[in-house]
Amino acid sequence: MILDSKTPSGPIGDKWDRRKFENKLVNPANRRKFQVIVVGTGLAGASAAATLGELGYPVKVFGIHESPRRAHSIAAQGGINAAKNYRNDGDSVYRLFYDTIKGGDYRAREANVYRLAQASVNIIDQCVAQGVPFAREYGGLLDNRSFGGAQVSRTFYARGQTGQQLLLGAYQSMMRQVDAGTVSICSRREMLDLVVVNNQARGIVCRNLLTGELESHEADAVLLCTGGYGTVFYLSTNAVNSNVTAAWRAHKRGAFFANPCFTQIHPTCIPVSGDHQSKLTLMSESLRNDGRVWVPKQQGDRRPPAQIPDAERDYYLERRYPAFGNLVPRDVASRAAKAVCDEGRGAGDSGLSVYLDFADAIKRSGVDTIKARYGNLFDMYTRITDENPYQVPMRIYPAVHYTMGGLWVDYNLMSTIPGLFVLGEANFSDHGANRLGASALMQGLADGYFVAPYTVANYLGGTPLPPVTTTHDAFGAAKADAQARIDKVLQVKGKRTVREFHRAIGTICWDHVGMARNEASLTDAIAQIRQLREAFWQDVTVPGDANNLNPGLDYAGRVADYMEFAEVLALDALERRESCGGHFREEFQTPDGEALRKDDEYSYVAAWEFKGVGAQPQLHKEDLVFEEVHPTQRSYK
Amino acid sequence: MAMTVKLKVWRQAGPEKPGRLVDYVADNVHADMSFLEMLDVVNEDLIRKDQDPIAFDSDCREGICGSCGLVINGIPHGPDRGATTCQVHMRRFRNGETITIEPFRAKAFPVLKDLVVDRTAFDRIIAAGGYVSMNVGGAPDANSLPIAKDVADHAMDSAQCIGCGACVAACKNAAAHLFTSAKITHLGLLPQGEAERHRRVVRMVDQMDSEGFGSCSNEGECEAVCPKEIPISNIARMNRDFLKAMVR
Repeated sequence: MILDSKTPSGPIGDKWDRRKFENKLVNPANRRKFQVIVVGTGLAGASAAATLGELGYPVKVFGIHESPRRAHSIAAQGGINAAKNYRNDGDSVYRLFYDTIKGGDYRAREANVYRLAQASVNIIDQCVAQGVPFAREYGGLLDNRSFGGAQVSRTFYARGQTGQQLLLGAYQSMMRQVDAGTVSICSRREMLDLVVVNNQARGIVCRNLLTGELESHEADAVLLCTGGYGTVFYLSTNAVNSNVTAAWRAHKRGAFFANPCFTQIHPTCIPVSGDHQSKLTLMSESLRNDGRVWVPKQQGDRRPPAQIPDAERDYYLERRYPAFGNLVPRDVASRAAKAVCDEGRGAGDSGLSVYLDFADAIKRSGVDTIKARYGNLFDMYTRITDENPYQVPMRIYPAVHYTMGGLWVDYNLMSTIPGLFVLGEANFSDHGANRLGASALMQGLADGYFVAPYTVANYLGGTPLPPVTTTHDAFGAAKADAQARIDKVLQVKGKRTVREFHRAIGTICWDHVGMARNEASLTDAIAQIRQLREAFWQDVTVPGDANNLNPGLDYAGRVADYMEFAEVLALDALERRESCGGHFREEFQTPDGEALRKDDEYSYVAAWEFKGVGAQPQLHKEDLVFEEVHPTQRSYK
Repeated sequence: MAMTVKLKVWRQAGPEKPGRLVDYVADNVHADMSFLEMLDVVNEDLIRKDQDPIAFDSDCREGICGSCGLVINGIPHGPDRGATTCQVHMRRFRNGETITIEPFRAKAFPVLKDLVVDRTAFDRIIAAGGYVSMNVGGAPDANSLPIAKDVADHAMDSAQCIGCGACVAACKNAAAHLFTSAKITHLGLLPQGEAERHRRVVRMVDQMDSEGFGSCSNEGECEAVCPKEIPISNIARMNRDFLKAMVR
């Protein structure tokens, strides 16, 4: 199969306008004849469902949560980027585009990123009109802060709860459509399969998590907005129920999985405290605006931070990257933290943390100002660690936070299965090998409010869609598959819990496919993953049965999928013999330890086609062409 | 240092089934564990003993998604002010202490299993007008309408409600006034929400009543347990708006 990105021709600034003009439209009276399914209710899903509902399409929305408002977009803290140039500091659509391409280490598709930068401007307008209470200045206009990877202030925020406010805005818009009768919510439902008829996505099979019943739902288009796969690492900043299941099942039905090895390790998270840990908590990157990152200069210096004089501290980000200082992109900051800890200069009992110090900022701006900016984050930190960051420096360490890889989509956000669209973190499209801060919220909402509504309409208006109902054999077969898998996992009745297996797969991924990777270690990881998968199916124990509310069974299904997914994660990392963004191969680095890209060989999107569990997936390459931004060695010095 | 706590946990097989408190002992509890991590450990033990684990909702485990909600020793979300259940840590409890764990109880929040309740009534309250009626595509420039900082901040104080339902669980009448008034205050303070202000308050209050939530007890228990410390003054504001809307 040749991967066709379907990128429009013409100058970059005109491509999206051209595509919108070329797109087929659906007459308002005909829209109600098409059924759309949206899976996932985060920023991408809620905004897409709301917008398609407003246009008059009947939309069924599915989510694993009790309420759509609980999707994990709610937890995003820092902000959302937009090229408004309200600060008059030289920002523009082109600069946001440029920063995002560069920040992604030249592994994203230019046309998608440009469109994202264009849409960013509309997103802020949309959200303000919905009543999102963004931070404001005394003059009543919107405030901005700066974020990693940029030298302009283009990040809009609502205290430390920007994701919450944006999600509630999208959720409320969607609930307005529920009120209007266009959108219906199917909560506590988990998608277990995609139903494909005549090579078109025509519905889903899902499990009602309260009753255990398997349900079939037909559609003319299916939108997957199910987030990323960060919880394959077990410990991450993701919510504990986040999972790859919907995307993975779609992959097994023919949707290619792109660049799974592009995972983001966020530099500012609260360090692990013990084996009981169920998740890690992010401290927003916005803290790096005022916090200074340091470790002792001396190895093994275990003095309390206040007793270490300034001259004996190494502010290593400011030292190594004088231009960007503490605001270097996430991948750079994470690797630098790992490097100083590997040298034995880490802080805390475990030696696996670095200081994020606000003493200078408090001296400069006063406690009240710092409190106004970050109060809720400081409170959160205190609650978890029992330490007061107004008095002692925070301790932070990198943790898995976001996944740039995802299902492959073309410019229209359609996967390799016609009629299956993938939005938000679940797709691979906009962030290349590293995502810049405050860009995930931007992408989720761009996809949902401003891209998919046009491209889904074009598909519905321009594609013959013969009537299909849930009595079709393909639904029966998908349902039988899902049932067989549930029965199988319940029948193992082994000795090890699902959580033990999840922790084990997470440890393999963190140790071998984490911040630093190499050939031997990745090869070893693949062998370990295969062994663990076999052990899972021989020795897992799952409580209860399948006909009532059973969170343990839901969890088992998700971890079982990770047993398969982890292999392509490691394989992709093995096959990409270069370093770029979040993918750092130790064999490929510059003399001063920066990532060394190999553009001649690896300037492509790696899209994997499923060939069976345990079988080598087939690699398809989409070559990346850079017409606007010439790839260079990224420098934040 | 490891500690031991004794638990009395509400177990209930399903919505129509009887429930009761069951005793468990949690060993090897670490002070740095979160309350939910302690329950994870208890559940791991139950699974290994082939017993049914305790069902409870949780997701983000950082106090923002609103999924978790347990009544700990009689207090929704437990002993910490301004915190959700997932933000409570075991250092708040003494070695050997007995901890009672129950679900959020209210007629409008039926128990689904053990500690899991159905709070979808809140979604239906939001669907009854808890939004600004504007379609994608029609928004003016975001800075075309200045909003005074204190007004925006005040709106944000209410907008940060996480919809957890602790306010309902704490109220002896199981009233949803704090939840509903938070959305009414958030949108009512902002110029964007002004046009629908009266219609919104009437519809949302009607929906709240029809879901089976009780009337306000005026005792302020809701404010005391709210993990986002949303002020009870919102309720007065909602009542005032409601009266104004009725006499219009």
